[in-house]
Amino acid sequence: MDTYLSLLAWGSGGWGDEIAAGIWLTVTLALATLPIGLVLGFFVALAKNSEEPSLKTAANIYTTLFRGLPELLTLFIIYFGLQILLRNVFTSIGLTPIEINSFVAGMIALSLVFSSFASEVFLSAFKGIASGQYEGASALGLSRLQTMRLVILPQLVRLALPGLSNLWLILLKDTSLVSVVGLSDVLRQSSIAARVSREAFFFYFVACLIYLVLSIISSVGIGRIEAWTRRGDLGR
Amino acid sequence: MTDAALPPPPPAPKGWTGARLAGHVFLGFWVLAGFAIVLGVATGWDGTFLATYGPRLIEGLKVTLWLVFWSLSIGALLSLPIAAGRMSKSRILGGFAFAWVYFFRGTPLLAQTFLVYYGAGSFSAELKALGLWDFFREAMFCAVFTFALNTSAYQAEILGGALRNVPKGQREAAAALALPRHVTFFKVILPQALIVALRPYGNEIILMIKGSAIASIITVLDLMGETRRAFSRSFDFEAYLWAAILYLVMVEILRRVWDLLEKRLTRHLQRREE
Repeated sequence: MDTYLSLLAWGSGGWGDEIAAGIWLTVTLALATLPIGLVLGFFVALAKNSEEPSLKTAANIYTTLFRGLPELLTLFIIYFGLQILLRNVFTSIGLTPIEINSFVAGMIALSLVFSSFASEVFLSAFKGIASGQYEGASALGLSRLQTMRLVILPQLVRLALPGLSNLWLILLKDTSLVSVVGLSDVLRQSSIAARVSREAFFFYFVACLIYLVLSIISSVGIGRIEAWTRRGDLGR
Repeated sequence: MTDAALPPPPPAPKGWTGARLAGHVFLGFWVLAGFAIVLGVATGWDGTFLATYGPRLIEGLKVTLWLVFWSLSIGALLSLPIAAGRMSKSRILGGFAFAWVYFFRGTPLLAQTFLVYYGAGSFSAELKALGLWDFFREAMFCAVFTFALNTSAYQAEILGGALRNVPKGQREAAAALALPRHVTFFKVILPQALIVALRPYGNEIILMIKGSAIASIITVLDLMGETRRAFSRSFDFEAYLWAAILYLVMVEILRRVWDLLEKRLTRHLQRREE
């Protein structure tokens, strides 16, 4: 037991600080992906909800692609594809090509996946809002932007939150894939520790526990947000 | 006044609204991207890539299907006792089933795969004594083992949720008709539960097809593994495009089949056009 604890010690003797750095990277990556994915997903949902056929088709192609591809494949396509694309573009205009950061590649890939699933959540939330809400807002003389901001969005958030919190938990787990393209997240740091210390089971188990703890913390946070969105219901 | 005789006003002309413009730009982007891909493949086309790696990709596809089939089947069997545990009144059984489901759903599949494949080495002496070492030394078996455990947790939740979804009155009515318990379960409860469970089961198969790509990281040569190998040897991006097409086709076929299945199973619920 003591030997295991010393493996997790801080500093040069143990792997505690390395793994903590990995946790930091995992959390930052997930938090950096979330807003991009949410905004993209919202606009894709708007596009799917629109009456314009070209917009609908384009949005459907987007979600079919990124919901159907394995997340790992999306990551590789973005990582290697962007690299090749940037190299070609930069050399053709006579600049030295820049290396694509694996953090950015991971963020883009995860945002694409997150947003295509989020658009489905937003879309079904849109369907849950009665058309009377739009008609009422229009009767009050609200502009389209005002209707969206003051009437639809507050209700949309409440309807979409359960689905979105599910997607957040999936996102947290999907961040582990970036360890494959060399980002030092929880899993990669644990892998290094496992290889060096030859305690593979212990370190991978610790990594699993860290993901569990992160999801428990998230659930508590999501519960608070849910209570906050429902604060209007209390009086009734 | 002759108001009533006036013809209705012509419909407002459809102009270039913002949505229309955005739609065309968005769609144009896809067309352009598709064109660029086709052009990129066509300019580098000499047929050598497919001739060299095509058969290997097909082999990889077979391995992926094999992985998915066995993982889902073993997972389905495992999910039965877990779902039963989740619904049992025993605290120990319920707690165990809950912990199982929570662990496998709360941690990344990649981490679980590493835990089994590399972690097995930590118990090599014990596993050798049990005669299981040969099993855990093989990356392919480790992948099936992990995926089966993983999907068993998800399938148990799908099954449990669907069974709980059947109204209590159905059970009571069956009891009032003096139906034996197994008849109640197989003829009354299960058919209704399956309708609810169908969609999530389909999603779980899709998740497994996509998740099975993870096996490539522990050296299994599934579709993803063969793709990575082809790319690292040829540096031809075409490899990833073929893999993407194959995965998309698999998922789309499954989705279509599932839509048909759902239509058939819920045919008594659909309004008939008279």
